[in-house]
Amino acid sequence: MKSSFAALLVSLLATAAAGAQGRATQTPLSTARADAPIELTGYWVSVVTQDWRWRMVTPAKGDYASIPITLEAKKVGDNWDPVRDEAAGEQCKSYGAPALMAVPTRLRITWQDASTLKVETDAGTQTRLFYFGDKRPPRGAPTWQGESTARWERPPAARGAASKAGSLKVVTSHLRPGYLRKNGVPYGADAVLTEYWDVSADPNGDQWITLTSTVQDDRYLREPWVTALNFKKERDGAKWDPTPCSAR
Amino acid sequence: MNPYRVGALVLAGMLVSVPAFAQFDLTGKWASRSSQDAQERGPGPDPVDYLGLPLNDEGRARALSYNYSMLSLPDGQCGYHTPFYIVLGPFGLHIWNEFDPVSAKLVAWKIGAWVDRDVTTIWMDGRPHPSPNAPRTYGGFTTGRWEGNTLVTTTTHMKATQIRRNGAPVSDQATMTMYVFRHGDLLTIRAVMDDPVYFSEPLVRSRVWALDPDGNLNLGNGVASPCEPIAELPVADSADIVPHYLPGQNPFVKELTERHNIPVEAVLGGAETMYPEYRKKLKDYVPPAICKRYCGCGGLGVPCIEDGTGVPK
Repeated sequence: MKSSFAALLVSLLATAAAGAQGRATQTPLSTARADAPIELTGYWVSVVTQDWRWRMVTPAKGDYASIPITLEAKKVGDNWDPVRDEAAGEQCKSYGAPALMAVPTRLRITWQDASTLKVETDAGTQTRLFYFGDKRPPRGAPTWQGESTARWERPPAARGAASKAGSLKVVTSHLRPGYLRKNGVPYGADAVLTEYWDVSADPNGDQWITLTSTVQDDRYLREPWVTALNFKKERDGAKWDPTPCSAR
Repeated sequence: MNPYRVGALVLAGMLVSVPAFAQFDLTGKWASRSSQDAQERGPGPDPVDYLGLPLNDEGRARALSYNYSMLSLPDGQCGYHTPFYIVLGPFGLHIWNEFDPVSAKLVAWKIGAWVDRDVTTIWMDGRPHPSPNAPRTYGGFTTGRWEGNTLVTTTTHMKATQIRRNGAPVSDQATMTMYVFRHGDLLTIRAVMDDPVYFSEPLVRSRVWALDPDGNLNLGNGVASPCEPIAELPVADSADIVPHYLPGQNPFVKELTERHNIPVEAVLGGAETMYPEYRKKLKDYVPPAICKRYCGCGGLGVPCIEDGTGVPK
């Protein structure tokens, strides 16, 4: 009795100590992949139940509904010309990171390596790379998908790095200017995209990513553009259908 | 002191001091971020706009029978929306909690009412849902539990009402599940409405709010007095007429097609229309030349178009 009580106490103290250590630092051998509190890998599909008329088809020129644009953004949008974009080889202007996840698409999410999460879209055949920790590729010219730093976020009360509660935070910048919407609503080179990726399961077993996004752009947005998008997990890549960018 | 007692005290202290795992505080005022669905939340959807709704044939037929004059009937004037309207409506959220005064355990979260939605009480004390045969209310009955760092709620016993403010229906057999995520000052809710009567698969919507502790939130509560139904349609009131459209007679079916060039098949909704591959059926779509209505320039102080000519200013 005495010994079992003492063993329980020691065990609890050890667990608490390990938990505290887990909060303070990660063991040198841990990797982003090993530490993942949620499972994001696999195939996911956009389920478009919101803003259908602005996502499934290209809205009319001058339709800025739901986006808190500035007057300067309006001037750019009012002069949208997809023919000009095609001639300039810029068909992917509406597939940059701040707009890409709202495009009806399938996602293929894999680990490129232990600290780099790769998110591919079949719509526009784009690839986003989320870098955990200090590892970064050499900085080049701004790109449609920019540079993304990522980290796992765990609730304060979660104990230890092995906890399976949490979400992914991704901050993306160094973006090539593009469109927030296919009809030419612009974002600029200084735009910053902040995303929170959450995973949840429905009563019927369906797995979902809920993606909360904030685009900040002082030049073209009066206030941050905040959205939440949903992706349902698919069994496999049978419906994966890469298509090129389209300006129309 | 008896070493046993010391150990017991340490053990008790540890058990008491362990924080509630992966929970967060919801209390406060959360301002609406209307960066999605502006027309649907604001002026309202077009009369026949079922885009992105997983309506089955029965749901579509019921939706097409809807006539806005139904709202003028005495039993329609005071109708509320169900808690699903939290992710559909335009307003902010005021959330508070209630504790048991003796045990100090959380009993419920409460999401304050709007002008057209009842208070949503999320019972957290483990009480069961009522019998399947219990009466329905607009507010329904909601319980909640924590799954990791997500608050998951289940709502049953809701009255039959609209899933979109144009008569697209949801039945009293529907259930709703909400997933509540918090990231700093942002609150995101994903809501899933499952209706075996009018949907062919669940309807999923999400919405985001931002914490605004000093905000004077617009909850819509000040725009109407307590509802008192009156006879607005004397003919209907006296002759037991329910405004409606018979099958094939809804005059608004082609309106969205005429305004936005979207095929009627898509306008009428259905689960197929929610997925990316449906765009292959839209290959002949051509966008209208210019936006002429609800174009999103309200915050700019300038019109989106001038003189109705379709030329942007």
